[in-house]
Amino acid sequence: MDIARPSLTMGPVYYLWDSAKWRDFHFRIAEESPFERVVIGETVCSKRQHFIEPHIAEVIERLEDAGKTVLLSTLALVTLERESRLIRELARDSQHMVEANDLSALGLLNGKAHSIGPLVNVYNSATARLLAERSACRICLPPELPFSSVKRVVSETPGVDFEVFAFGRMPLAISARCAHARSKGKIKDNCQFVCGEDPDGLPVRTLDRQSFLALNGVQTISHTCQALLGELGELAACGVSAIRLSPQDCDMVAVATLYRDALDGNIGADEAAEKLRRVYPAAPLSNGFHHGREGAAWVARARDTAHAG
Amino acid sequence: MELICPAGTPAAFREAVDAGADAVYCGFRDETNARNFPGLNFTRDELREAIAYARRNGTQTFVALNTFMRAGDEEIWYRAAADAVALGADAMILADFGLMAHVAEHYPDQRLHVSVQASASNVDAINFLVDAFNAKRVVLPRTLTIADIARIAPKIRCEIEVFVFGGLCVMAEGRCSLSSYATGKSPNMNGVCSPASHVRYRKEADELVSELGAYTINRFAAGEAAGYPTLCKGRFDIADEPGYAFEDPVSLDVMGEIDALTAAGVSALKVEGRQRGKAYVAEVVSTLKKALSAKPDDRSALLAHLRGLSEGQKTTSGAYEKRWR
Repeated sequence: MDIARPSLTMGPVYYLWDSAKWRDFHFRIAEESPFERVVIGETVCSKRQHFIEPHIAEVIERLEDAGKTVLLSTLALVTLERESRLIRELARDSQHMVEANDLSALGLLNGKAHSIGPLVNVYNSATARLLAERSACRICLPPELPFSSVKRVVSETPGVDFEVFAFGRMPLAISARCAHARSKGKIKDNCQFVCGEDPDGLPVRTLDRQSFLALNGVQTISHTCQALLGELGELAACGVSAIRLSPQDCDMVAVATLYRDALDGNIGADEAAEKLRRVYPAAPLSNGFHHGREGAAWVARARDTAHAG
Repeated sequence: MELICPAGTPAAFREAVDAGADAVYCGFRDETNARNFPGLNFTRDELREAIAYARRNGTQTFVALNTFMRAGDEEIWYRAAADAVALGADAMILADFGLMAHVAEHYPDQRLHVSVQASASNVDAINFLVDAFNAKRVVLPRTLTIADIARIAPKIRCEIEVFVFGGLCVMAEGRCSLSSYATGKSPNMNGVCSPASHVRYRKEADELVSELGAYTINRFAAGEAAGYPTLCKGRFDIADEPGYAFEDPVSLDVMGEIDALTAAGVSALKVEGRQRGKAYVAEVVSTLKKALSAKPDDRSALLAHLRGLSEGQKTTSGAYEKRWR
């Protein structure tokens, strides 16, 4: 069977990085990475919006000049009128494809081609088809979804490009309360952007010193880093058309190059995993969700599955 | 103001009806609802009897089908929806759009409520569900303050129900995979959070250690009250500071704000606790029912009595109060 090789999508930066770092990071992605499309825009906390705003236009320009498609991400949790207004304006005015991360965006984007982010609950093809009827043309499935579900949803929903979250600490929860600010003696309304002190999240350990989770503002992320490598073959074979890599505070050009090589069959899964551990040593790798296990688990694969197809 | 009460068993259901609930919510004995615990919930026959009992007493029955359909096994949820309609459920409480679309298409006369698990937290989100699926009521996520509710209420085209008493999710409901990250079982997919099957307690010197899957969730000194290891209510180390990172072991109680909630446009108050015993349900429902019609001065005495029943005996207003954030 001839299988199209999936392309690479870079997800939005979930962390608060300082403005210059965020801009320069994207400039380098534009110039050096094999990503085909890049999603940008504050997704976790509306209070952070002003950090990236001054640079959005130049980042888009640089990415597009390099031939990449740019998508604009919406907020994951929308409660304030100011936040609703942002999404309404984006849905109405954006010249770029918008990626919806909450229900309000889904409603507002009806009739306009859009993408669905991994923070929207798409667990089955009934939901995926409904979203497709409402003009969704791309869907990045939630990290929690096991492969058995991915396969069914993709095969039962023709006409939609599916992505799978294949690299990065996983978004596990979001709250109205900011545990990150609280841990530093602040509350959300007077947080002084203390989450910016932890560009790769603030570790949460158990009382027995086990690394467990990390805080990223109002979002809770996994300590482990999702790494689907030995699984890329079966994902491509079932029709997944893009692989999403979620930016961590590491060399994302190297990460993207590794995934591109793995997808192209230039490197085996075991070797890719070894290299990935060196590029991003801060977090152990996991792939448990894909295998229907606990998300933190690492399931070693048989060696022959790296390049199915 | 309606009082919406939980029932995990037929006995608790009858107690809730007898205690004056305006509606009782419950689920089938499987993964179609978010309280899929061993020994809880209703067979089809039990639900038929419960609905008949409720009808005789002028009480409504809401059936929660508020998990997300597993790809390939949608028939389990579709069958549950068909049975709930046939058995005479007054409303169905749904979270999955795929299931909402199915119910709206096949049972257009069936009253549809949006579960808290759907995380519809703003005007545009709620009106989308009203327009797309003819939702009649939304159970608001516990991420909004009372002021937020008052602001959005006039702009949304359906009724508002809010949680006022019982267990409290710290995270936006329906958008949390913490439990499955540690155990492989999640509220969204399996209807369980921090499942008992993955809980262990062990003694270490004088301390009691509670674990969920491979992770320590809390350690209790001798004599300290030991709670269930719900992941987000655990004690963790952040920058070498041990503490309740997400939320203390408290439960929600905003019954003191009934007047403010009424003024904000809320039409129904919801009590959490389908996993609770019938004595708890009877006590909580009868007291809250009395509190609803009591004068504000008498109300506080009634409510003080209830606090003893709350988890850890400590309560919070949660997100309804701005400083909680």
